[in-house]
Amino acid sequence: MSWSRIWTVTRTDLKQLIQAKDFWIPMLILGGIFFLFVPTILLLSITAIGDVQAVAQISQALEVLPERAQAAVRGDTDAGRASYALAVYLFAPVAVVVPLTISTAVGASTIVGERERGTGEFLAHSPAAVKEIYLGKLIASLLPGYATTLLGFGIYSMVVNLIVGPEVGGWFFPTREWWVLMLWVVPPFLALTLSIVLRLSARVKSTAAAQQASGLVTLPLILVAYSQSTGALFGAASASLWIGAVAWVVALAGLSRGMKVVTRARLLGVADGI
Amino acid sequence: MLTGQRRPADGRGVDAPVVAARALGRRFGEVDALSDLNLSVPEGQITVLLGPNGAGKTTAIRMITGALNPDRGEIRTFGVDPGDEGEDVRRRCGVVSAKPALYDRLNGWDNLAYAAELYGLRDYDERLREAAARFGIEAALQKMVGGYSTGMKTRLALARSIMHDPDLLLYDEPTSGLDPESSHAVLELIRSMTEDGHTVVMCTHLLLEAEGLADQVVVLEDGTDLISGTPKDLTDRYWPGVVVHMDAEQPDMLDRLAHAGGVIAYQRNGVAELQLDDLGRVPDLVALLAAAGVRLTRVEPRIPTLEDLYFAVRDGRAAFAEGNTLGGSDLAARFDRKRTAPSLNDLSEVDP
Repeated sequence: MSWSRIWTVTRTDLKQLIQAKDFWIPMLILGGIFFLFVPTILLLSITAIGDVQAVAQISQALEVLPERAQAAVRGDTDAGRASYALAVYLFAPVAVVVPLTISTAVGASTIVGERERGTGEFLAHSPAAVKEIYLGKLIASLLPGYATTLLGFGIYSMVVNLIVGPEVGGWFFPTREWWVLMLWVVPPFLALTLSIVLRLSARVKSTAAAQQASGLVTLPLILVAYSQSTGALFGAASASLWIGAVAWVVALAGLSRGMKVVTRARLLGVADGI
Repeated sequence: MLTGQRRPADGRGVDAPVVAARALGRRFGEVDALSDLNLSVPEGQITVLLGPNGAGKTTAIRMITGALNPDRGEIRTFGVDPGDEGEDVRRRCGVVSAKPALYDRLNGWDNLAYAAELYGLRDYDERLREAAARFGIEAALQKMVGGYSTGMKTRLALARSIMHDPDLLLYDEPTSGLDPESSHAVLELIRSMTEDGHTVVMCTHLLLEAEGLADQVVVLEDGTDLISGTPKDLTDRYWPGVVVHMDAEQPDMLDRLAHAGGVIAYQRNGVAELQLDDLGRVPDLVALLAAAGVRLTRVEPRIPTLEDLYFAVRDGRAAFAEGNTLGGSDLAARFDRKRTAPSLNDLSEVDP
């Protein structure tokens, strides 16, 4: 297997994606909504209105959190504690939803799109191994979602520290759990989802069908990732590491199976069932 | 380098075909794309796969590179099974498919560079420029392919097919969608490929396109090869004699030629059509008619074309299926059939 050819496939797919402004502009807006606009408005509102009754109630609601999580919440005022909890715990699942949404949209059309455009014929006749094409396209699907998330994570960290930091005694974000979430938990969930999406993309007849089917399949995965990422932040220190480890194992198994589904016959669109 | 000596024929042995296929079959669902294809592609020549849409031409190309495997039968490309050693085989092939298979959201240069990297070329800038220049597309390399005309796309696809200096070029209906002028230019470029020592396999359903280009013709129908050989061998096989058309101011006087020496078959339906054992008989026949006071208005030797051949093969196959065989006396019927038969394009329109 040639990593140079895998990177060639990845780079070419990404180059085409960059040309598709009609695709990446909505995706940037999506990232902006989740990582910038909503947190900014929500956190600014809480810190600006101060210790009113509503904020006090949010602060009291934190008592439902596990003891470890409660102990980690910083801040001397209701506004400080509420905004800290929202910044650290409420938006954690967003870090999963955004990359899954973007990468699913990219991955859904990756194989079937080659077939629809007729370029699958070029790939099928090229010396590139099917595994190289599959991995190249997987990485090309994964990178936009993950890169957007990392960028959003950076922006979100700035927003949180600038708005909530003064309330809780200084910059505090990202917390250790968030680092683990971003670097250990999110990638395998992304890989697992894409392994399924690429399999669908190889099997269906059109990009529209691939996107419909991917939406159906990835919705439960988004929910699982959502709950697991929240749990990873609430749970014991080792919980997120275990969740990530299990996700990696499942993801690698999914990728291994997905690799076998992409064949030259499917790139050509002549496999039985297409 | 795009030109120069081809690489030796590796393990195939001297004069071994570049592609050899025996009894190839491939089924897609309920449809037999190939049912019994036999193929031998000689080195350094242009082999034309001729047949209507759905005859199995594209499937044959795909099996030559190993992009598809046969359900039954055997195929060897460069002496090896492309199903087992596909990467090596594909590295030595250049393919242009019926749709140019280019990326509209990349410019011409990036399309070529993508292929160059997949084919493992290093420091390929000069090769890319050379290939693009050969097909007259170098000025458009920085433009997005989505804005190219069909002719430009075909030229870019042709440039892409040769830049890694392949031994075998596989062109699947390369003039599809082109205007006559562009088609002619593309066919000239394909012809020039064999001058560099390349072996070319070209699929077409256009008989005129194959005429004058093919060193070898393989007529396909329903996934089977009906006949194969050089155009001259094939026309000699189907028309062992010479056909001459004659007309006169008194056409009924031509009928006396029916029993003249050297005339194998005679028929008059407006114009007289004679099958002769030798073209040298014509002056004798003209003299005979002149002596009888016949004023000739037309004497035209009829050289069979690939189109004649194609329909003769089809008719012969139909006759064979009905338990009959066609002899030399059926020549006129073959020509008449050709005149009234639908074109291949018409035939393709009724394909399932």
